[in-house]
Order: sequence, then C-alpha cells, then structure tokens
Amino acid sequence: MRKKSLIALVFTVMLGCSAPPDRQTITVKGSDTMVLLGQRWAEVYMKAHPDVTIQVTGGGSGTGIAALINGTTQICQASRPMKAEEKNSVKEQRHGDAVETPVALDALAVYLNKDNPVEHLDMDQVARIFRGEVTNWKEVGGKNAPIVLYGRENNSGTYVFFKEHVLKNADYAEKYQALPGTAAVINAVQKDPGGVGYGGIGYAKDVKTISIAKDPAANPVAPTMDNVLNNTYPLSRQLFWYTAGAPAGAMKDFVDWVLGPEGQKIVTDVGYYPLKAQAQ
Amino acid sequence: MNWRRVVDRVSEILIFTVALVAIAIILLIFVYVGREAFPLVTGTAEGLTLASPFTAPYTWQPVSNTPKYNVFPLILGTIKVTIIAMLIATPLALAAALYTSEFAPRGLREWIKPAIELLAGIPSVVLGFFALMVLATWVQAGFHIAYRLNALTAGIALAFAIIPIIYTVSEDAMTAVPRLYREASLALGASKGQTAVRVILPAAIPGIAAAIVLGFGRAIGETMIVLMVSGNSATWSLDPTNPVRTLSATIAAEMAEAVFGSGHYRILFFIGSLLFIITGVLNWMGERFNRRLRERLFGSS
Repeated sequence: MRKKSLIALVFTVMLGCSAPPDRQTITVKGSDTMVLLGQRWAEVYMKAHPDVTIQVTGGGSGTGIAALINGTTQICQASRPMKAEEKNSVKEQRHGDAVETPVALDALAVYLNKDNPVEHLDMDQVARIFRGEVTNWKEVGGKNAPIVLYGRENNSGTYVFFKEHVLKNADYAEKYQALPGTAAVINAVQKDPGGVGYGGIGYAKDVKTISIAKDPAANPVAPTMDNVLNNTYPLSRQLFWYTAGAPAGAMKDFVDWVLGPEGQKIVTDVGYYPLKAQAQ
Repeated sequence: MNWRRVVDRVSEILIFTVALVAIAIILLIFVYVGREAFPLVTGTAEGLTLASPFTAPYTWQPVSNTPKYNVFPLILGTIKVTIIAMLIATPLALAAALYTSEFAPRGLREWIKPAIELLAGIPSVVLGFFALMVLATWVQAGFHIAYRLNALTAGIALAFAIIPIIYTVSEDAMTAVPRLYREASLALGASKGQTAVRVILPAAIPGIAAAIVLGFGRAIGETMIVLMVSGNSATWSLDPTNPVRTLSATIAAEMAEAVFGSGHYRILFFIGSLLFIITGVLNWMGERFNRRLRERLFGSS
C-alpha cells in the first residue's frame, strides 16, 4: 500500500507541476483501506472536471486525522469514526468543526488461507484467536495446525476498529504480526496455510472470507452486500470523509458527486458497498 | 599579492567550514531528537517518565486502554536480528575478501569486487521485497518454522545488506598488507593458504575489526528490511523462529501516527536517541579497539 500511495503521490506531484495556476487542488489523505477507492474517485472526477486536481495519498486513518488537524490535508479518509479528542483538536487548530460524511460501507472481513477448512467463526472465537487465547485451528473446528495472526500497524483505522469491536478493547496477542497495509496482510494469508488476517472486503483476493456469527447461538453471516445493507453481518462499518468545517466550493461539488450515483457506482466497482440511501 | 596563497587560504577555510557544518548537522540532529524526548525527564501529562520504557510488563502496546511502552522486547528483537545477521554475514564476507585478495587471479578479482560492491547499491526496500516474497518461503520450508516472517528470515535478509560493507572494508585492509609480508612468508616455505590465514589475516585485523563494527552499525539501524520481513510483533522471547519487532521498525511504523507532543511521540523519540547512543558508543568502541590493535601490532603510529 505504501508503494501505491507513493506512486499516486509522484503522479499527482507531476500533474500539479504541469497545471496552470488557476486550477483548484483538493488533497485527500488517510485510510489505507480507502486509498484505492479515493484514487478511483479522483481519476474519474478529474476526467470530467479538468479544472480540478485531486491528490490522494494513504498512510492510515491515524495519519490522515493527524494531517487534518495539522492542516496538511483538506479531506481526511478514515475507516473509523474520529475520537472526541481528535475532533476537539481539529476545532482548536483549524477553527472549524470536524464534519463527518459517511461515503461508503465496508464489511470488515476475516481472511483465511484458501486451504483452511474452517468456514465460519463466531465473534467470540475471532476475539479469542486474536487475543492469543486460541492458538490451534483444531480448537475452532479446523486442522491440527498453529494459528498465525496477521493484521495492520497501530496507525490503521482498521486496527482500532477491530480492537474495539472484536477484541472489546483488549490488547492483541503478543505474537500478532503487524504488517504495513492491507495488501501485505492479504499476501501473508495467501502464503501461510495457518494464517488469519482482517481488512476491508475490497481487498479480498485469493483468500477465503469467512462467515461470522454474532454469538455462538446465532447463524453465521457472510460478508456480502445484502448482509451489510440489512445490518446482519456483525462487522459492517461505515467509511468516512472528514473535513474541517462544512465542505464548500469545488470541494463541495466533489463530495456531492461522490455521494451521487456515479460516485457510489465506483464504490461497488472497487469492491466496497454503496451507502444505504443509494442502494434502495 | 600572492594569489596562490590567497586561493589556498580561502579553499582551506571553505573546506574547514564544510567539515564544521557536517559536524554541526549531526549535533543538531542529536539535540533535536533529544529535545523531543526531553519531557520524559520531567514527566509527561500521561505520567510517563524516563523509567517508563524500562518497567514491567514486558510488552509494547502503544494503542491500548492503558498504553504499555516497554522497550525491552524491542531491544531484544533488535539484538536477535542483528546477531543472526552478523553471524551469517561476517564469515561469508571475510572468506570472500580473503579469496579475492589472496587467491583470485587478477582478472577475476576485477570482476568480483565491483559485483559484491554493487550489492551495497541495492535499495533495502528491494532486498526486503525479495526476502518477503521468496526468501521467507524458502526459510520456512527449509527449517519447518511455524511463522513465515521471523527473526531468522529477517537476519538472513539483513546479512545481504551488510555483506558488501564488511567485504569491501576488510578486502581493502587485506590488500593493503605490504607485499613484503607475503614474500617473506612464502620464502620461509609457508603455503599460500598458511600465508593467508596466519600472516595476512592477523596483519589486517584492525581493518577487519573496523569493517565488522561498520556492518554492525548498519545492521542495528537498518529499517526497511526488518519492517517488511520480521513480522513486527514485540515478542519477549529468545527463540529466533518467532516474529520480532525492532527499535528502528517501530519508529518507522508508528511515528506517522503518533499525535504530536503525546507520550507515545516522546517515547518514539526516546527510542531514536537510544539508537543514536548505541551506534555512537559502538563506533567509539570500534575506533578505540582499532587504535589499540594497531599500536600492539605495528608499534605506536
């Protein structure tokens, strides 16, 4: 992911240099989960609006929020809601409220290696696996093989979301391996028969995304669009854009376009799910 | 007026200033890094002090309800990876250096040396990517390790990065041993092998020691390779087949996220100062060691 955002950065810098001075520039920074999505939005939008330049970079939700606070980005992409103290910092530093705009839905998927026979887990099992209390697949109905944990670095919104909603704020296991970016997590799980990881549904490729039950008694639910829209998949989440103060001018046009049918169609293309209002 | 003298004088001052600037930059970096960590001395708003990174529990969980910033797992991880890398790189690099300086035919030598030095020019991110995609699979299959990313794989990958450094410096030291030594040894009836091991190697020891210290410094500070291949989990164990998190990778992974001025931010700068001090002390020790050896071997110079 780092590499991808770097390429995007170089690309946008090159574009920026050749741009006439009256062009509008919008900077978008934050979540690695959303960087692909942001880039696709920017590409398509810039084609239709040649007078606007949009620069999209990743780095993690935490990085994006820090950039919004410091004023080095105009739009912050985040895969977790902003904390109260972060909103306060935005207000203090930028003299405008942090305005939250949900832009897409995501199923936070639990990835397994394709050769792993396990088809579904309940939330408590997932939590115990990532807290390091369950260390062998046979304890949750799989083969007799050790479980290897992969996930994101702690600057990731997905890391924090998973910690809050799955681990109930307990710490990750000591042997939890933190990798830079969801693409790295996918890569690791593809190559490791005992691997388990988590990340946005848009990245799932050549890995198994398992069904998850809310509790041991409930039915396991697959991370599909329908199950996210009707809120039965337990790890559904919103993906957000944050701005300091309500978006205005070129930025408002861009935000409106993203929320409109064209922008929401791209959400589906990239592999995430559109907001409820548009889908119905 | 003597123009040549003026030009000489001016260029002397210029060069002196440049040297001074280099020293000043290093000092300023140290002052800056130290200053950002300084609030730990008096205690931060979160109640963190200089002692916090060293008090139990031995875990590194900076994003938590009660953040835990113990640096021992990170130090242990750094030491583990560095020692593995040194154990692999030192014998390989020294053997290669001894071969090129003593046994290789002239024509071959002119190929081998630039080729190994070219290895030093490979960006560490490329080495890391190779290790992540290919080497990790080989090592896991070869040693039957539960974890694909672990200290051993990271150490082997890191060895690739430090072999050229140890090789070049020690090869130069071996070639610099006067011809007279070789000729005297051969004239006394020693074989080529005996000459290389018993005469050339001891005579080049100061240079070899410097090479090892340089390699060690690079290994401790190297970031990209370990960030990609070590698995980045702060484990408190001596097992080389477990994933590890190093000091440098921790800074790289977390600095962008740490809120400016927070306790986490201060601790990361403290780790930076720690790395600075470790490499500084190592270099100083290497230099002292080097000088002492030189005096013992060649008399005071």
